[in-house]
Parts: sequence; C-alpha cells; structure tokens
Amino acid sequence: MTDILLITLAMTLLYMSIANRLQTYLNILVFQGFLLFGATYLTLTEVKTANLLFIMLETIVFKAIAVPWFIGYIIKKNKITRVAEPYVSNFASLMVVTLIILVTIVLSGSIKDINLDKTFFVVALSTLFTGLYLIVSRKKIITHVIGYIVVENGVFVLSLAVGNEMPVLVNLGVMLDIFASVLILGVFFNKIGDVLNDPDVNVLRNLKD
Amino acid sequence: MVYLFLVCSALLAIGLFINKNRLVNYVLVSVYGILLVTFGVYEFVNQGISHSLFFKPDSLGVLLLSALCIISIPVLFHSYRYIELHKESETPHSRGMYFGALAILMSASGAAYLSNHIAVTWILIEITTLSASLLIYHHRSVKALEGTWKYVFICAISITLVYVGILFLSLAMKQAGIDDMSYDSLIKNYSLLNPFWLKLAFLFIFTGFTAKLGLVPMYTAGIDAKDKAPGPVSAILASALMNVGFVSVYRTYAVIAHTPYHGWANGVIIIAAILTVFVAAVYMTRVKNIKRLFAYSGIEHMGVVMLGLAAGGIGIYASILHILLHTLIKPALFLQYNQIYRVYGSKSIYDLGNYFKYNKTGALLMLVAFFSVTAMPPSGLFVSEFMIFQSLFESHHIILLIILLVLLTVIIWGFATNVFRLLFIPPVSFDETNVPKISPWESVLQYVLIIISIYFAYNTPGRFINMIEQAVRIIN
Repeated sequence: MTDILLITLAMTLLYMSIANRLQTYLNILVFQGFLLFGATYLTLTEVKTANLLFIMLETIVFKAIAVPWFIGYIIKKNKITRVAEPYVSNFASLMVVTLIILVTIVLSGSIKDINLDKTFFVVALSTLFTGLYLIVSRKKIITHVIGYIVVENGVFVLSLAVGNEMPVLVNLGVMLDIFASVLILGVFFNKIGDVLNDPDVNVLRNLKD
Repeated sequence: MVYLFLVCSALLAIGLFINKNRLVNYVLVSVYGILLVTFGVYEFVNQGISHSLFFKPDSLGVLLLSALCIISIPVLFHSYRYIELHKESETPHSRGMYFGALAILMSASGAAYLSNHIAVTWILIEITTLSASLLIYHHRSVKALEGTWKYVFICAISITLVYVGILFLSLAMKQAGIDDMSYDSLIKNYSLLNPFWLKLAFLFIFTGFTAKLGLVPMYTAGIDAKDKAPGPVSAILASALMNVGFVSVYRTYAVIAHTPYHGWANGVIIIAAILTVFVAAVYMTRVKNIKRLFAYSGIEHMGVVMLGLAAGGIGIYASILHILLHTLIKPALFLQYNQIYRVYGSKSIYDLGNYFKYNKTGALLMLVAFFSVTAMPPSGLFVSEFMIFQSLFESHHIILLIILLVLLTVIIWGFATNVFRLLFIPPVSFDETNVPKISPWESVLQYVLIIISIYFAYNTPGRFINMIEQAVRIIN
C-alpha cells in the first residue's frame, strides 16, 4: 500500500513537469500532501502515538492545506500571471523528469543495503531532483517556491525511510518544513507588498556584478 | 554553561526586540557583549570539560569562539555608530530588531562552534539563517529585499541538502546499529559505517554547508548578503558565520578522514576549492562594487583554507591558522567600508578616489588592510598561506599549486587596481564641499584587529599552538 502511494507521488512529478497553470501546481501540492499523510500513517508504525499524531498533523496542515493555500493567496493578492512560464518546452521537461526517475532507479540498483526499502530511495531522490529542476527551469519566483516545496516533500519521504529507528530525524524534518514555511512565505511575502508596488515578483533580478 | 549562555542571549534578544528606549537598548547591548566575552573566557579556561551531551568545548571550537569574542567588540561598537549615523531612517523598532538579531546571530554562531552533534549544528545554522536574513533586510529597500530573498532561498536549499546528508548518515549508521549521531561517536565507530551511504552523506553535507562556508556551488548567497547588509553585519557574515560553515565541514570531514575514503573526500574538496578560487579571481578583476570585492576576497580565502585542509600534513594546521587570522582581518575591511560610504555616498569604484585626501587614518588603514588581506608580508596571512603552499608541494599537488599561484596573482592584481584607485586616483566629478570629517578614533579598533593578526601569526603563543595542534589531531 505504501508503495502505491509513493509511486503515485512519483507520477505526480511527471504531471507537474508539463503543467502550465500555477493553480495546477498548487492542486498537485495538495495531492502530494495527502499522499504523504497516508504514507506517514502506514510507514511509521513503531513511533509513539503522540509523536505520530504530531507528524501527521504537520503533514496535513502544512503540506496539504496551509502552504498551498497561502501561495494561492499570494498569487491572487499580487496579481501574478497565472501561467508557469517555463524556460524550456513541456516535452523537454517531461523527458528530463523521466530521465531523473530512470537514473535514480538505476542508481538504486547499485545499493546493496538490505535495511533500505528501495522504493523510498527512488521516489525521494527523484522528487528531490525534480524539485531542483523545477527551480532552475521556471522563471517566476513563486514557481521557485513551489519547486522548493517539492524538494521538501522528497526529503520527507526519505526521512520516513529511517523514521522507525530514528524518529528524531523525522521531527527534524518537520522542523525544516516549519522553518522554511515561516522564512520563505512569512518573512518574504508579507513584506513584498509593502516594498514592491509592481504586481509581479519578477523585479528581483538587479543584484549582480 | 552553553545552555545558560543561549538562554541569557535569547532573553537579552527578546528584551532588545520589545524595548523602545534608547538608553536601555544600549545597556542591553553592552550586557550582551559582556555575556559573550564571559562565555568565551569561561570556555577557554574550561576547555575540553563538557557537561552536556550536545556541546563540547574542544580546542577548535574554543579557538573560533575566542576569535568571535575579539571581533564582537568592534562589531558592536561600529553597529552603535552605524545606528547613530542613520538616525533619521532608524526607529526604536528597527534599532531593537537590529541588535536583537545581531545578538542571536552571534550566539548561534558561538554555540555552533562548540556543537558536538550534527543535528544540533544543523538547528543552530537554521537560526543563523533566520537572524541573518533579518539583518540583511535592515534597510527595507527593494535591493535589500532581493539580497535577503536570494540568501534565504539558497540557504533553505542548502540546509535541506544537509538534512538529506544527515539522513544518509543515519542510513550508514543503521547497518552498524549505532544511534548516537554525535561527532565523537561517529569518529569512534568510523569502521562500522556503511561506505556507500557515508560517501553520499559527505557529498550532501559538504554541498549544503558550502552556503555558509562560501565555496562553489552555493557561495552566491553570501556575496549578495554581504553586499546588502549593513557594514558591521557584513563583517560578522564574512568572518564568524563563514567559520560556522568551516567548523561544520571540518567535523564531518574528520569522520571520513579516518576511513579509506579520505582520498576521495580530498578530491571533492579540492575540486570545490580550486573552482572557488577561480570564481573569485574572475569576479575580482571585473567587479566594480567595493563591498562585493571584499566579499569575493572572503570566498577566495575559504578556497585556500580548504585546499590546505585537503592537502593534509602541515596544511591542516595552516588552514586553521589561516581561518583564525582571516576572522580578524576581514571585519577590519568591512568596518572600514562604512567610512568610505560616508565620504563618497557610493560603493561603485567609479565614484571613489583620492581617499588619502579625505580621510587619512582610514586610507592608511585601507592600505594596511589591503596588504594584510592579500597575504603580502608583513601580513599574518602570509605565514599561513605560505604553509598551505608548502603542504600542497609536499603532497605532490604541483600542478594545483601552480594554478593556485596564478589565480592568486590575478586576485592580487584585481584587488590592487581597485584599492589603489580608491586611495590615489582622483575621483571624476566628485563634489568635495560636503565631505564629512571622520574622526581618526573610529579606525582604532580596526588597527587593533590587524595588529593582533600580525602578532598572532609571527609570534603565536605556545598555548595557541597547542590548541591548533589538538584541533589537527581530530583529523589525524
């Protein structure tokens, strides 16, 4: 069952690579949040109930509800154009993400560690690298943020793989989530309206040599 | 003691955040300065005695903490001058935010030096990112926002990479059945760690920490941050915060240095380090913003330090000495920058010039600091850089050494053209009527920093030599 959830997560990455509208990205993020919620419940069977509840609450509240909603709110408030504006064509993006997944599968073949479920490894790394790819291949700052959240989702999958032995590390991952949400969304976007009157957030590209 | 220090710092920072009174503000800042120095002295005296699972005042941590204490005094003093000089744009709120965030940044850096657990280091580095972003955004302008945004975003990605590295490290330990992630336990059990995961973990952790350390690939965050942050903050970012990256990489490297993958890790570090020096050389010949020039000089030094570390032998000793001296010298440059800005109202090299005419003491300091930072004798950095060259020679990295020497020559040339232009060539269309008079007393602390660095390099006290050697022993 966990495998099904994780593979669905990997499939959403392919969909994300060809999505055009920002709203589609947000919907996928919400969906990924629910997938992770399910995967957390199914994987972390040996963690104390209180801790498990805390982690699951975080996934559902932060990953599936608060962050996507907040990004949607920012898009509306700042009147950001609702197209993703990638630098590369959709076909090329699809190919790149497919390649990322293939390479991680091949890489996982070289691991001779019986302690690790390879599905976790493949899905986590491909989500991580797809997130990084989304960051470099999209123009808007808001899509960079979305890419970063995809990276975090990937990292969260990886932390689930060791979660039963070291629940501390999962909690650390939860902290990372909250930290990034506060820092990136809170500090940055609450202020952006005060400083910038421009409706789009593309003006932050002057600082160079 | 570390916990007590962190709690007191947090209380003082909260006090600074909520307080609106000017006098109370400066009293709290002074109390913080005393607290930091007391903490430094306490850990120096009680070196190696640990009361806690997560912190251990070993010699490397104590050395860097002492350096932080020394630079904290000029930084706090110049912060006070900075806030007073920008009176019209400062509010009690912005002043409180500035000093509160500065206190948190320095405390988190100081505690990170002593951290003995990779997860604790990670959390403290998160805190430094948070507080540094508040400081970079101090002026609330569009460009400051851009600098902050880039810094926050790249640091967020790098902290995620470190986290992935920690997860891989836990996989490496899982097989061996170890669950203590402290550096001591990792070094003790190095032979049990799964090599595949260990290598992957090192790669991710190293890449992540390069954002703080200022190496390729993540160095860009620091450059923009130092450019946009207020001068005294840049001084901390360019010294104490880079040391946090160094100490984190050093401790992780110490684990892998015990395993048969030592050579592989050296290869990784050498590639990143030489690329860093190359990037610094390219930009320092082109860059026309004097503050960015100083920032690039910082990453150049980090590249040299990491080359020394990878070369091994005397290079490890030299790299620790180098980073200590760099911590003293670089703040002098950044603190001096504010005087330049007050005279010219610009940081573009095209608007600067003839500095000796407008501010003699400051100009002389710039000249001395220039010689210090480019490691020309009698600079202290000359000693450590020379030892690093020697270690590269001894470890048969001859081609690498030649490339490094060529790049360093280019860097000195790039640095000199800009600094000599600032000092001697008359500026074009500069209105002399409103040049403020700058008191020579404002440069005294910078001179002191440079004199300490020279004295320390040529006449290192025996106790410090022992401490550096102890720090080297973590690796060997």
